[in-house]
Amino acid sequence: MISEYIDHPKEADNFNEDFQRTTWHDETLWFIREKRDKATKSLPEWEELRDMAAAIKSNVLSNLDDYLIEFETNAIKNGIQVHWALNAEDHNKIVHNILLKHKVKKMVKSKSMLTEDCHLNQYLESKGIEVIDTDLGERIVQLDNQPPSHIVLPAIHLKKEDVGEIFHKHLGTEKGMSNPQALTETARIHLREQFLSGGAALTGVNFAIAETGGIAICTNEGNADLGVHLAPVHIASMGIEKIIPKLEHLGVFTRVLTRSATGQPITAFTSHYHGPRKGAEMHIIIVDAGRSEQLGREDFRKSLNCIRCGACMNTCPVYRRSGGHSYGYTVPGPIGSILSPGIDLKKYSSLPFASTLCGSCSDVCPVKIDIHTQLYKWRQIIAKEGKMPFAKKQGMKLMNYVFSRPSLYRLLGKVGRNVLGILPRFMMYNSLNAWGKARELPTPPKESFREWYLRNKK
Amino acid sequence: MTSRELILSKIKTNKPEPSPLPKLFEFPRPDVSLVDNFKDVLAFVGGRAIELTDSQTIESIIKEVYPDLNNICSNFKGLDLPQIDLSKITDAHDLSHIELAIIEADFGVAENAAVWIPSNILAFRALPFITQHMVFILKKHNLVWNMHQAYEKLEINQAGGYGVFISGPSKTADIEQSLVIGAHGSRSLIVILI
Amino acid sequence: MKVALFVPCYIDQFYPQVAIATMELLTKLGCNVDFPLNQTCCGQPMANSGCEKDAISTGMNLVANFTGYDYIVGPSGSCVLHVREHYSKLPQTKEVTKVRNNIYELSEFLTDILQIQSLEANFPFKVGLHQSCHGQRGMRLSQCSELNQPYYSKIVPLLKLVKGIELIELDRKDECCGFGGTFCVSEEAVSARMGIDRINDHIKNGAQYITAGDSSCLMHLEGLLKRKGSSVRIIHLAELLNSSIN
Repeated sequence: MISEYIDHPKEADNFNEDFQRTTWHDETLWFIREKRDKATKSLPEWEELRDMAAAIKSNVLSNLDDYLIEFETNAIKNGIQVHWALNAEDHNKIVHNILLKHKVKKMVKSKSMLTEDCHLNQYLESKGIEVIDTDLGERIVQLDNQPPSHIVLPAIHLKKEDVGEIFHKHLGTEKGMSNPQALTETARIHLREQFLSGGAALTGVNFAIAETGGIAICTNEGNADLGVHLAPVHIASMGIEKIIPKLEHLGVFTRVLTRSATGQPITAFTSHYHGPRKGAEMHIIIVDAGRSEQLGREDFRKSLNCIRCGACMNTCPVYRRSGGHSYGYTVPGPIGSILSPGIDLKKYSSLPFASTLCGSCSDVCPVKIDIHTQLYKWRQIIAKEGKMPFAKKQGMKLMNYVFSRPSLYRLLGKVGRNVLGILPRFMMYNSLNAWGKARELPTPPKESFREWYLRNKK
Repeated sequence: MTSRELILSKIKTNKPEPSPLPKLFEFPRPDVSLVDNFKDVLAFVGGRAIELTDSQTIESIIKEVYPDLNNICSNFKGLDLPQIDLSKITDAHDLSHIELAIIEADFGVAENAAVWIPSNILAFRALPFITQHMVFILKKHNLVWNMHQAYEKLEINQAGGYGVFISGPSKTADIEQSLVIGAHGSRSLIVILI
Repeated sequence: MKVALFVPCYIDQFYPQVAIATMELLTKLGCNVDFPLNQTCCGQPMANSGCEKDAISTGMNLVANFTGYDYIVGPSGSCVLHVREHYSKLPQTKEVTKVRNNIYELSEFLTDILQIQSLEANFPFKVGLHQSCHGQRGMRLSQCSELNQPYYSKIVPLLKLVKGIELIELDRKDECCGFGGTFCVSEEAVSARMGIDRINDHIKNGAQYITAGDSSCLMHLEGLLKRKGSSVRIIHLAELLNSSIN
């Protein structure tokens, strides 16, 4: 596989070219962060719930193999067929084989980041199977042949006018439509037809309960349920980390998930699937795809706690001002920037640096992943593995050389201050000086503090 | 080795030291009435709760809220409304003309206005999703405060293989964060508290 | 009380007045202030860029300078936090551990150690407080907007001791300014945009001055304010608490 380098600063620079649109993107996501704040602050036990959710997840990771076996055993008892996939390719083949067996020509699919990551749609389309994403946001970006830009709000980067244009082009609506109500109604009618004609339904999994051998799926639109209950075959794809030990643990997770994601007290639909309906089939595919490896990385395994609420994206001041696509990974934003380097360190080496380490992500995380600390730790690995641009690395070595030699530091400081003071403006503010593009440099003082101190010391 | 064995063996090698499961805490219920809270939250999530008064019947409420709907079905016994006989339908696809489904909910959750609907009380799992409008009938004494109590109460083994918490009508905010009620499922949802 | 003054490198070189103010303020409050002469930098710029290992001798130089002091005070949450947290990568000698335990950010020192109740300071202006992230979410100097916790602040009560000051409310009370160390040049576009949004929040809400506990954030915001031609000015918390403008 070709590993192209994701240049986050460059993508972010492009995004910022449209000042007004960046303002709009930032404010739209901040609005969700505010709704999240309101919802979490109305719950006195919020911080306790976060502690509990994190502790349950830690327990899951430390017993993951046993829980997976327990889950499989109980799922089979429930009449569910369980499959295991080592990687994306495995997963896609399993899905394809199930569809072949049932001669499925069209599959409806609700939101699943895992299948995005596996590029399942492209794979099935190459085999002549039509895939219809049924989450409204996902359908919008699918029609326009774009990846989602957010894991909860896939089309958050698009304005209603853009959606109107996409629907005009692909669904034949009249040009210039931009009323969200009318656009949603159009999608409803279009997707109803798809639900009624789907030969199979694929869903993601929010939680897989070891104790009961069933899965829970959370949606607001009801698209997962409508697809599954009408199709003869249900396929649910889950990462190995979706396991929770007991049904009662859903009490914790359903309380933190949606409050974190959108500020709602719970999703409109929280569905518990414990077996197919009469005459239908249910399959669960348990996928590894790099997760067991991440489990072995002590500093980073906690990233597997993630329940995909998207709160870290909404709060991230960098994400809000660079957009989901600038990350070039299925899961963008802070959580994506600690997951992706484990998948391809070189390709995603700019992502752990796409942060000021402000720490807001770690504080909103409902399962208490130390996201900003992990970003810092990935930086150390990227530098050590030589994935950092050579010049920057040498610069850091030079800095240490200077800073560990007090007299050299003082000499250079003096030269620097003097030079800054006399350099003509065009030499300070040119294309090589990233500082000066939007900012003035500080006015250099005549003397350093140390010089002042020595002069004034009694 | 099969994929299953490979995955399990990698996990076994890589998993961290044992970490205990926390004991679940019980959280105090704030000083609010379950019914009032349920009503407030349901309004917040786009639905409406109506408490049945002495001068009303379930039928009269439904006729008042949905005067123009004809294709109605229900699992609530003894309802004096013209209804579609679901036992004559064999394929869920044939439910697509249902305009109003009336379902008696198992119980409700006051903190988030969700009602628990196990599939053993439904003729079809698709019914609450395919219908254009949704009415739940909920006995007030079947309200619990939060989701911890809800999971204690529900019996997943008795649910018929499927069960769902429904909190308000189907909705989406996928276009510019504008809330639109009625994404794929019900366009409106009321809960009649009896 | 004997206190060693820790002056971060960019304050030493670009904002000596901040160090002077810190020194004067601590002296006024009865501290006997020492300035170890061979200090340079804490090593944070290298470490945050992924070169923690390359910053070890810089860190050891700092430790050597501050060994033997019970209180080390610096006017920067960011640098103090770096010493406290990331010096875990240095050999954990007695000296290193002691420096990590004894280092304080200025407002924290004034609030927790000196527990000052009054100040002779005057600053008759409208001031917006920028909560630097390392002080805020790193050192928990005040209640964080993300967490469900009761209100507290180690900075606001200090500012309220200043006569004449009027603190303004911000729309976003603790959002990052976008400085972020080398982030400010490596992610220039986002960094500048974050800073612009911060200064606009202060301007919109009527600030004449923006204050913070970190000169790095202020240097970034000052650069943007000057480019914009704004009359809003920056002032470090130490300068503000030490001011006597009537």
